Amino acid sequence: MSEHSKIDSEEVHHIAKLARLNLSPEEAKEIGSNLEDILRYVELLNQLDTSNVTPTSHAIPLPTKYREDSSQPCLESSKTLRGAPERIGDGFGVPKIVE
Amino acid sequence: MAYEPVIGLEVHAQLQTNSKLFSPAPTHFGAAPNANTNEICLGMPGVLPVLNEQAVELAIRAAIGLNCTVNHRSQWSRKHYFYPDLPKGYQISQYDQPIASNGRLTIKVGDAEKTIRIERIHMEEDAGKNVHDAALAGNRSYVDFNRAGIPLVEIVTKPDLHSPEEAAAYMKSLRQILRYLDVCDGNMEQGSLRCDANVSIKPIGQKELGTRTELKNINSFRFVSQAIQYEILRQTEVLDRGEKVIQETRLWDSQAKMTRSMRSKEEAHDYRYFPDPDLPDLVLNETQIAEINSSLPELPTQKIERYISELELSEYDATVLSEDVEIANFFESALQEHKNPKAIGNWVINEVLRAIKGTSITTLAFPPQYLGRLVKLIDEQTISGKIAKDVFEEMLKNGENPEDIVANKGLKQVTNLDEIEPVVDKILQENSDNVRQYKEGNTKLLGFFVGQVMKATAGKANPKLVNQILQDKLK
Amino acid sequence: MAERKVSSLELTNLCLNHIEKNDPKIGAYLHVDREGAIQQAKGADARREKNESKGALDGVPLALKDIFLTNDLPTTCASKILENFIAPYDGTVVKKLKDAGAVILGKLNMDEFAMGSSNEHSAFKPVHNPWDLERVAGGSSGGSAASVAASLCYGSLGTDTGGSIRQPSSLNGIVGLKPTYGRVSRYGVIAFASSLDQVGPMTKSVKDAALMLNTIAGHDPADSTSANTPVVDYASSCDEKITPIRIGIPKEYFVGELDSEIADAINQAIRVYQNMGCEIVDISLPHTSYAIATYYLIATAEASSNLARYDGVRYGLRKDPGQGLNEMYSNTRGHGFGLEVKRRIMLGTYALSAGYYDAYYAKAQCVRTLIRNDFAAAFEKVDLILTPTSPNVAFKLGAHQADPIEMYLADIFTVSCNLAGLPGISLPCGFNRDDLPIGLQLLGPAWEEARILKYAYAFERETEHHKRRPNGL
Repeated sequence: MSEHSKIDSEEVHHIAKLARLNLSPEEAKEIGSNLEDILRYVELLNQLDTSNVTPTSHAIPLPTKYREDSSQPCLESSKTLRGAPERIGDGFGVPKIVE
Repeated sequence: MAYEPVIGLEVHAQLQTNSKLFSPAPTHFGAAPNANTNEICLGMPGVLPVLNEQAVELAIRAAIGLNCTVNHRSQWSRKHYFYPDLPKGYQISQYDQPIASNGRLTIKVGDAEKTIRIERIHMEEDAGKNVHDAALAGNRSYVDFNRAGIPLVEIVTKPDLHSPEEAAAYMKSLRQILRYLDVCDGNMEQGSLRCDANVSIKPIGQKELGTRTELKNINSFRFVSQAIQYEILRQTEVLDRGEKVIQETRLWDSQAKMTRSMRSKEEAHDYRYFPDPDLPDLVLNETQIAEINSSLPELPTQKIERYISELELSEYDATVLSEDVEIANFFESALQEHKNPKAIGNWVINEVLRAIKGTSITTLAFPPQYLGRLVKLIDEQTISGKIAKDVFEEMLKNGENPEDIVANKGLKQVTNLDEIEPVVDKILQENSDNVRQYKEGNTKLLGFFVGQVMKATAGKANPKLVNQILQDKLK
Repeated sequence: MAERKVSSLELTNLCLNHIEKNDPKIGAYLHVDREGAIQQAKGADARREKNESKGALDGVPLALKDIFLTNDLPTTCASKILENFIAPYDGTVVKKLKDAGAVILGKLNMDEFAMGSSNEHSAFKPVHNPWDLERVAGGSSGGSAASVAASLCYGSLGTDTGGSIRQPSSLNGIVGLKPTYGRVSRYGVIAFASSLDQVGPMTKSVKDAALMLNTIAGHDPADSTSANTPVVDYASSCDEKITPIRIGIPKEYFVGELDSEIADAINQAIRVYQNMGCEIVDISLPHTSYAIATYYLIATAEASSNLARYDGVRYGLRKDPGQGLNEMYSNTRGHGFGLEVKRRIMLGTYALSAGYYDAYYAKAQCVRTLIRNDFAAAFEKVDLILTPTSPNVAFKLGAHQADPIEMYLADIFTVSCNLAGLPGISLPCGFNRDDLPIGLQLLGPAWEEARILKYAYAFERETEHHKRRPNGL
């Protein structure tokens, strides 16, 4: 972990791009330094040997849960598209996508 | 230099369920944009997934049909990327713990059989569709989420395929099994079966694999071999020029009949998989799996064997009849009406398949039982084989049952001596010259007399009987 | 709530008047539904007149943290990215409250996407603590806590991911219950960290919390993580006869510089239980000091994923500079999310990104197992665990904004319980010299809300702290 806890501006830029998050230069600087601090802090987990520990993804053990395969009425189209920032016909409008 | 292609296929098959993988929205094809969506498949805030039990059963059926090990514990993971057709910003999929692994499928290329190893089968939800409709959207695109959340299995082979023909044969065989098991309708044009191909080439004899490209958008059966063929040639030219193949995703352009680099996917992906905290692991016990196994319908190879051993069909007929499960079902339903497998098989192969010309047998106007009854009419000598063809054409046209057609058109075969004899006498009388020639030894004229009698009875006279009477009278 | 004599309309009007008079100073509400509330109150009174009352919550004016989806009121999660968003459906708990006849007064302020412990991270306005308007209300359910403390509603719903119900309850001198993970449906609750989030009641008294839990608890087929565990009548559990139990005091919670007035209040609370005959047992939760690091890795990773859907395509804010798809996404999210949310999305994205997953997220999931095991071992020895809820009382607005880690460390007493999925309650146990409330936390084994409520109620009967109300308003 320790070798990762240096976060340069390039790394901040890369993560922000992955997360699709525009950061102002001030935000990028502040968050970059926060990340460094936090990652340095979480290094304390390395004190623990967890090589024989099963990870917990659900705190309370959960049985597999199923739904019967029957279809139910959909949202009325007025509600489906009610909050759409851009509407084209019955679709959600977006900038042209080139593949 | 001579190269050997190495091909692996990743096939997405849409599971035939009524509702989506994690929500009760319907799945039928052809609805108006966004009509088949609810808050869950739209990725509204606060929604949660609940697993469709039937989808799991269908995935297990596919796994068993493809000789895979069904894993007793599999896990749902989130696969992250941003794209307008992906409502939640992640796709719920299976990652390092898929539902099934280590299977195999036998394919046939020419007369040779070959086993293709299947690495894994995992379940996932489909994305929506970005639509570029200039008339409606101008210089914009719009998103239709009807497909978002539809259950899929992704079936991934090992790189065991070595020619476009083998890839096509694999797809054919896979489609056949998925259709037999009622897992997927296999319709590539509607996108319910989709194929991505990983293609590389290497000098013959070299162990190490070459750089591969991933081909997408192969949306029809005939494009499977076309796209791969093109890509092999393209890579060969690249290497022969002394250049290197670039690892990339390429799109099959079916109009230009070529693959081209997909610019939008250039950026390296970092999917940030992690186990979906909204979903418990998928835990299956041996009893559940065994129950599904025991309820599986017969698979193509089993069917062919049974047709040969029990129905005494030729291997050719058995294979043709088993090629598609709908045709096999049609054949077997017809057989329920009348136990003459050979004759009914011939009718299916020669007449029915010709009539549907590659479309679905469900488009036929009449049910399979009518075909069984038609053959029964022949075997009971109610009609001749020749008349039967006319009856069949009528059935195709209006879906009427064969008995009614025969009755209404008066096509019933005449087997009564008293009815046929006068006609024969009349014909012999009118053709005394020919009778003389026959008696002088030109026995070939018998056919002429039979023809005349049949013509006079509008084909309804039993030809065997006509023959017999004629021979008696001409002695 | 159950024994009230006045009409629902009177109660509702009382709340509405308090809101009108005092909420401009407090900032607890983001949206008040005056007409809707009066109409619902009239309906409840009509039912009561016809002896068709739906039960304890019928006609009781309640309010919802703005994280609960409502199809008639806006739901913003205190974020600009959801400003003006109206959900197409009611969440399960909202439906349950409405079916029980509750009057919904409106939607309450919070830290944006429930990220924060001071309520200074609301995109719209901070919440001021009714006990001292210059101080924070705590978070993230700060509006839910302050509204109850200032009598702007009779009870509210909050969510608790790392202490977001219990900590503001402590800072506002009210009762806040975080049920076992899976006890209450999360369907229709905007997700922060899916494996940690849980819905719970925030009220003036333990009995009220029990009544609200009665209504919202139970299996929901729409939530795969909701449990099929039997639900009891929590209100009547409160009245059961007290038997002496063993109460554990984890030594790791009393090290370092715990505020001496908080320590005193907790020691007095311990004596109250000793006087009931309970046995006080020293226990150890050895991985406590790893909880914050574990929590922040897991919570931010899950949050970075849960917040990916706010992309300006289907609903919410869109800021499109017209330079293509990726610019639309980045601008929308850059404008729509506040600094704290961005910070956590960045940390979570980093922790899940290629090459770092094992070192961060997977490691944290393993330590999480160790923390769960700590509690499992402790509950072999004791029936309940008693701790302070928060290492501090309400602090001044703006006091801790500079250093996020300092802020995160203040969650030390609350996050472990979320990591282990366990139920916990905060209830008032005293006041410091500035008349600021101090909270006591009781933690129990999974599914033992009835036990927690029963012993919280026993404490409440023996003390007067819960009766005090802020008087400066």
